[in-house]
Amino acid sequence: MNNQKAGRFARPAFGADMEEEDAMVLKKTAVAGTLESSDVMVTVTPNPGRGVEIELESEVKAAFGAAIEAVARRELELAGVEDAHLLLRDKGALDCVISARVRCALYRAAEAAYDWTREDAL
Amino acid sequence: MTGLMRSNLYVGGSSPGKMLDARFYHEDCIVYDLEDSVSPESKDAARFLVYNAVRYHRPPGKYVIIRVNGLYSPWLAEDLEAAVRARPDAIRLPKVEYAREVLRVEEQIAAIECTAGIPLGTTQLWCNIESALGASNAREIAGASPRITALALGAEDYTASMGALRSKAGWEIFYARMQVLEACRLAGISAQDAVFSDLEDLEGLREDLKTTRSLGFDGKTVVHPRQIDIVNAAFTPTEKEIHQAQRIMEALIQGAQNHTGVVVVDGSMVDKPMERRARTVLAQAQAAGLLTGGEEDEG
Repeated sequence: MNNQKAGRFARPAFGADMEEEDAMVLKKTAVAGTLESSDVMVTVTPNPGRGVEIELESEVKAAFGAAIEAVARRELELAGVEDAHLLLRDKGALDCVISARVRCALYRAAEAAYDWTREDAL
Repeated sequence: MTGLMRSNLYVGGSSPGKMLDARFYHEDCIVYDLEDSVSPESKDAARFLVYNAVRYHRPPGKYVIIRVNGLYSPWLAEDLEAAVRARPDAIRLPKVEYAREVLRVEEQIAAIECTAGIPLGTTQLWCNIESALGASNAREIAGASPRITALALGAEDYTASMGALRSKAGWEIFYARMQVLEACRLAGISAQDAVFSDLEDLEGLREDLKTTRSLGFDGKTVVHPRQIDIVNAAFTPTEKEIHQAQRIMEALIQGAQNHTGVVVVDGSMVDKPMERRARTVLAQAQAAGLLTGGEEDEG
């Protein structure tokens, strides 16, 4: 598993030691987050057979785009999502906010409940 | 954690910006809210957000609390799963009316602590008293579990349950304040007073705090950052109070050394209640960082 820090705010990578699950299937488009400052609006769309595609809109894309994308990819890995289109409209969100919004959007798109015992592996 | 619980600030669990800002205010306790400030369709999003904020971006030097949804709401079970694992100092339960409700939640928390590998009993509880029934049962609620470290009065719902009208003078909540206070003192836990809801009336807040402080509360709930410093000031001993407390303690020490039967300060005999008050003042001053220099001025 990748134990590298996600970047900008030097916090542990979310779910660094967690086991990945079987592939999660996205059933619908789902949104989480807002366009307010310090937030990120995440739109997840099923993308069957086309892998993961991430689109990022952010004023800090040049400096932090890779780090933001890494947080999103990490959430996709943890959820076991192999095919998805993600649109991230970032308004200066911290890693912990990006992680929470992506995770929420993914579970909404899959119409699945989150298993909180997954956090116990940390 | 400072040890002080003068002010506890509610922060909506839906707003990353407000959650981030709250780290930089001076509240002693920060309450991440999953209940009233979060709409039903955003409960899942707020849960993920608050979990990550507390677990991975915890504000240093503050007592961290998560307020979960109502005890009979469909969201409580998952709120607890997330909140306990986020490892706050305490979970705040809204609208508690019976001790048995606390025991039921405590059982759920203990099970989650076991599963998550968190030492049993780590998660403390704050209980909101927000109804006539809750106030009436405050004593048994306060003593229901060793996890409970505070009761907090919620005045808006309480007055509604009484059919009373909310006023700035606050007579309609006087009895409930005393019920909550007495319950807390008997249980040896913190007593937190209700929100002063007119955010524009800072003079009114100061007046309200005179009552709060003189009755004996340890702190007050606030819903806007502009109230924090005023509330903190009200619960911080003045230099005069600290000086007087130090004089009392010095007189007691001297009296013990000289085997004096009775210790007198300013013509008053120092009895046990005076000693207890002096110790409390010095402990509060210590926690607020006011005793580090050891300097005093006029009494």
